[in-house]
Order: sequence, then structure tokens, then C-alpha cells
Amino acid sequence: MNKLYLLIVLSCLFMINGNIFASEVEQEKEDKFDVNKLIMAHIKDAHDWHILDYTDKAGNKVPVSIPLPIILIHNGQFDIFMSSKFEHGHKTVTKGNNTYLLDDNTIYLADANGELSYEEKEGAHIVLNEKPLDFSITKNIFSMMIVSVLLLLVFLSMAKAYKRNLGRPKGLQALLEPVIMFVKDEIAFPNLGNKTNKFLPFLLTIFFFILFNNLMGIIPIFPGGANVTGNIAVTMTLALFTFFAINLSGNKNYWKHTLWMPGVPVFIKPILAVVEIMGMIVKPVALTIRLFANITAGHIIILSLVSLIFIYESLVMSPVSVLFVLFMNCLELLVAFLQAYIFTMLSALFIGMAVEEAH
Amino acid sequence: MDLVTPGIGLIFWTGIIFAVLLFVLTKFAWKPINNMISKRNQSIEDALNQAEIAREEMKKLQADNEKIFAEARIERDKMMQEAREIKDQIVGQAKNEAQIEVDKIKKAANRDIIAQKTAAMEEIRNQVLDLSVLVAEKVIRKELKSTPQHEQLIDDLLKDVKLN
Repeated sequence: MNKLYLLIVLSCLFMINGNIFASEVEQEKEDKFDVNKLIMAHIKDAHDWHILDYTDKAGNKVPVSIPLPIILIHNGQFDIFMSSKFEHGHKTVTKGNNTYLLDDNTIYLADANGELSYEEKEGAHIVLNEKPLDFSITKNIFSMMIVSVLLLLVFLSMAKAYKRNLGRPKGLQALLEPVIMFVKDEIAFPNLGNKTNKFLPFLLTIFFFILFNNLMGIIPIFPGGANVTGNIAVTMTLALFTFFAINLSGNKNYWKHTLWMPGVPVFIKPILAVVEIMGMIVKPVALTIRLFANITAGHIIILSLVSLIFIYESLVMSPVSVLFVLFMNCLELLVAFLQAYIFTMLSALFIGMAVEEAH
Repeated sequence: MDLVTPGIGLIFWTGIIFAVLLFVLTKFAWKPINNMISKRNQSIEDALNQAEIAREEMKKLQADNEKIFAEARIERDKMMQEAREIKDQIVGQAKNEAQIEVDKIKKAANRDIIAQKTAAMEEIRNQVLDLSVLVAEKVIRKELKSTPQHEQLIDDLLKDVKLN
């Protein structure tokens, strides 16, 4: 029943989001509604957290967004300023010798004229300007920080609850203890055996980090809506943690099986070593792409279904779209849990293979 | 294309955020939670084991009780049996003794009877003798008044008696 309520709220929020798109549509009427651009803008990372646009009395489109800090390193210069200084890409920002400008959520160094220079190549715009090293707190990072704070609040209070009483779990404890026990008994233990307790904290962190980010991604408006786990840099970093967990805890047996496979003819050993080392790299790459593709695909489908209304420019389309989006949201809820489970499961499996004793 | 190009800033911050999260959660959440859950599971398991042990003991106690009952029953039966035997023995013995006594009494009685009978017979003979003497006397007295013949007879008789 609560889930149903949650879904209704979610779909209502999506309808609000639809209104936001509507204003965008009106503004972009002259150059038509560009679904591709809209979806990409929502999927990709951004330097400010865009919430909505409205049109003021003078007929100008005014975007409402949360400015985020920009941190840039270029030519030995370390620049920090808020993204609001770009005024949504309308202005350049000059700090010392560097002049930055924002285009399509990427920061470039402006050329001598304070502009971008393009090259047309096979019908695609290619920006020729140099890019600074960008360590900005982007929308994804900000969202990740919110999720981290949420995780800390939830689990530290839960730990405190355990210290208070050792009886029957209550509230948050009762809700999340089965999940923790699921990760321990169904994911960690079957793969890690007596080393479960050593790797359990890593597996729990990665599971809840992915899960909470996935769920936040489904919420369409601030503080949710950022496509964190659908960003390849994020999934790659998480997979790298798994990669290090595998290879730093790999025992003698694991390295022997990787580099000099026992029990096969000598001339096959180097070939197998090459294959195994490729496998070592392919494992985290597979983790990276699986999570990224699943979450991004979900976001793209939901955004496409919402966009149907604005493509057909018809009210008749909206109930159809809303129903489809409702269905997709249910599916995305499932996927949020499923992908967190799969990532954790495979991490546990790979670590388990690396720490397995010789038999 | 930049959808699948990982940005350096995002990798950097994700790494830092995740590492901090991993450290803090491990130290202050996962380890205490895991320990507490293990401890609770252990205490539940202990309680269950103890209950099991108690139940076993109860069962053993019940079995013991039953054994004691059975033994008591057997004991009782044995005692009853013995008592019956003793009773039979006593009764038999008493019977024998009584029989012997009866026999003895009977014999004594017989003897008495015989003795009495003899005595009675003796007495009867004596009385008959006396009576016959009396009768004879009376008869004789009457007869003797009459004739000398009778005197003759008496003489004869007396002679006979003398012979006796």
C-alpha cells in the first residue's frame, strides 16, 4: 500500500516535471522540440542543478537552478567559483590568465575572442578549444554527497539503535536488518565462506551506495533525479574499488592460477596467462558497463515516454504516457534493487575466487 | 560520445566520497551492526540450545520416573507373590498340624471309647450278674419253701456254682 502511494507521488512529480518540459518546449518552438537534446541534458552530468524554467513578463526564459562550485586547474592555476557566474552559458568567467566558458555542460578555455571555435567534421560540431582539468562539484557529485549523508544518517543511527538494545529490531532497524542479513547470508557468505566478515563492510557499502543512488535517480526532482549510477565515471570508479579489492586480497593460489596456470602443458601457460590478465580487466569493465547501461537505459526510456506528450503535442497522449511512465517506474524500482544486487553479487564472486584456498 | 567518456573530476570525487563512506561506515556502522547481530544470533542460539538441553533432561527425568514406577510395580508384584506363597505355606502347615492333632484326638477318643465301652460292658455284666443273682434268689426263696426236690436242686446249683 505504501509502495502504491509512493508510486503515485512519483508519477505526480513526473507530471510536474512534464510541466517543466512544457516550458522548455514553448521556448524551443522555433527550432522544434528536440527529444535527443532534452534526454541527453537529463542523463548527463551538469555544472548546476537545474530545477525548472519559467517565462517572465518580458517573455524571457528564466531558468531556476542550484549553482554548484566549479573547481578548475589550468596552467598551474587553481580556480574556484560558483557555476552561477556563467549565467547558464551566457557569460565567460575570467580568473587570472584563464578565461573559461561553459558550453553544453562542458567547460572550455575561451579563445582570443572569448568564444569557441568549431570544426565541422562529418556533420558534427567539434569544439577545438582546450579544456581545463575539471574537478568541479557537479550535479552527480552533489547528489552523491547527499546520498552519502543520507547513508551515514541511516546507518549510524541504526548502529546506535543496536547499542541501545539488543532485543527485537524496531523501525529503521527492522526495515534494513533483513537487507543487511540478505547481503551477508545470500551474497557474501556463499562466495566468501569464512572470509565473509572481512569483506562484508565493502560489500554492504557498495550495495547500499548503489541502491540509494539508484533510488534517488528515480525521484524526478531535487534532491533526486541525478543520473549518478548511470554515469560511466561513477560506475567505473566503483568497479575500480572492486578491482582493487580482488587483486589486493588475491592470495598465492589466485596469482598462480592467473599467471602460471598449474596442471596444463607449459606451452599453454603463457597463453592462459594472457587470457587471465585480460579477464582481470574485463571483470571490472563488465561491472562498469552493466550498471551504467541499465540505469541510463531506464532513465532514457522514462524520459522518452514523458517526451511523447510533447512530440504529439496532444492532451490525449498524456494519460497513455503517464501510464507507461508509471509502469516504467515500477520496473526501475526493481532494476534499482536488481543492479545493486548484481554488482555486489559479482564483486563477492570475484573476490571469493581470488581468496579461495587451493583444493 | 561524452556519455561514455568518464570525466576525471567525477572519478576523483567518486573515489574520495566512496572511500570516506567505506571507511566511516565500516568503522561506525557495519562492524558494530554485524557484531551486534552476531551476538544476538548467538544469544538466541544459546537460549534455544539450553531449552533443548532442558527438554532432554526433562525427558530423561520422565524416563527415570517411569523406570522407577515400573520397578516399584515389579517389586510390589513380587511382594504380593511372596506373601501369597507364605500364606499358602502357613495355611498348609496349619492344616497338616491340625490333621495330626485331629488324628491324635481321634485316637485318644477311640481309646477312651473302647475303655469306656469295656468298663460299661463290665458294669453291665456285673449288674446282669447281680440281677440274675437277685432273680435267682427270689425264685429260689419261693421254691425252697415248697419241696425237698427243690432243696435238691439248690444243692445241685450250689454245687455248680462252686465248680465255677
